[in-house]
Amino acid sequence: MPFFNNMKLLYLLFFGLITIGTTAQNVAVYDTYAAAEKAIVQDDSTIYVINFWATWCAPCVKELPSFEKLHLENKSVKVILVSLDSKKDLEKKLLPFLKRKNITAEVVLLDDKDYNTWLPKVDKTWSGSIPATWMVQGKRKLFAEHDFESFAELNDYVNSFTNLNK
Amino acid sequence: MKIIPLFAVLVTSFLGTTLPVAGGYAPGDKATDFNLKSVDGKMHRMADYKDAKGFIVVFTCNTCPFAVKYEDRVNDLAKKYKSKGYVLLAINSNDPEVQPDDTFALMQKKAKTKGFVFPYLVDEGQKIYPQYGATKTPHVFLLDKNLIVKYIGAIDDNADDASAVKQHYLEDAIAALENGKDPSPAVTKVIGCSIKAKKA
Repeated sequence: MPFFNNMKLLYLLFFGLITIGTTAQNVAVYDTYAAAEKAIVQDDSTIYVINFWATWCAPCVKELPSFEKLHLENKSVKVILVSLDSKKDLEKKLLPFLKRKNITAEVVLLDDKDYNTWLPKVDKTWSGSIPATWMVQGKRKLFAEHDFESFAELNDYVNSFTNLNK
Repeated sequence: MKIIPLFAVLVTSFLGTTLPVAGGYAPGDKATDFNLKSVDGKMHRMADYKDAKGFIVVFTCNTCPFAVKYEDRVNDLAKKYKSKGYVLLAINSNDPEVQPDDTFALMQKKAKTKGFVFPYLVDEGQKIYPQYGATKTPHVFLLDKNLIVKYIGAIDDNADDASAVKQHYLEDAIAALENGKDPSPAVTKVIGCSIKAKKA
C-alpha cells in the first residue's frame, strides 16, 4: 500500500512538472523600447525574427501559429513575440491567451506609449499598423508591415533573409 | 500586390528617403476628393463644403480597440472645430466581407449610439484609403481648404487615457494651419488596427 501511494505521488509530481514546464509562459514587461531592444537583441550573430502583435489584433492572432511553428521548426532563427498589449491586460488577457494558444515561443510585453518616438527606430517606413515583423542580424535588417497568410509564406520570407548569409 | 510594396521599399532605400506609406500621401501632396455615402444615406464630397477652412479626414472603424478609444475624442474634435470652420469626415475603409463588424448597418448603429456629429462615410469598394495611404485605424489626415495635405498620423500621444495626453498632435497641426504655418511634426506614428481589405 505505501508503495502504491509513493507511485501515485511520483506520478503526480512527474506530470505536474511537465504541465508546468509546457504551459507557464514567463512574459518580461518593458516600459521603454530601448530596454526591450537591449533585452531582445543580445548579439550580432543570431538571426532574430521579431513579431509585433497584440491580443486585440485579429490578423496578428491569426498568424501567430505560423510564428510558433517557426519557433519549433527553424532552429537557425530566434523568434520573439513582442506584445503591444497594455500592461494592465497582462494577467487577465495576455497570459491566459498564450496558455490557450499553446505559445511556447518567447513573449515580451512592450508598454511604451510614445509610439512616435520608437516606431521609427524599428523602421522609418512603419506607419504603425500591426502585425509587423522585423528580422535583425547585427546591422542587417528586414521589415514587413503586413501579415503572413500561411506558414509557408512566413518561412519563405524568413529564408530570403537567412539565405543571404550563405 | 506583392511586387509593388517591395519595389517601393527598394526605391525608398535607394533614395535614402522615407515615405510615410508607400503609395500614400506625404505632407504637401494634394489629396483626392471623394464622393462617399454617410450613415444618413447622403453623399459627401469635400468640394461641397465651399466655406471650409480645412478638412480633418479620419480613417476609422467600428470595433478596433484603438478606434474605439478615440471615438469620443473624434466626436469632441468635430464639435470643437466645426465652429472654427473645419469639417471632420470619418471614413470606414474596412471591407465588411473581411471584417463583419463594419457593415453599413453596424456603422449606422455606432453613429447613433455614440451620437456622432460628423459624417461617418463608407469607403465603398475600398478605393479611397490606398490613395491616401491610410493603413490603420485611427489614421488622421489634415488637409487645408485646397486639399493640400498638412498633417498625417495620430490624434495625440496617448490612446489609453485622454486626460494623460502630453502632445495634441492634430490640434497643434490645426493651430499651425490657422497661423499660416506648416505643422511640426507633420507626420506622427502610432499603432492601430490594419485596414481590412480582400487580398489581391
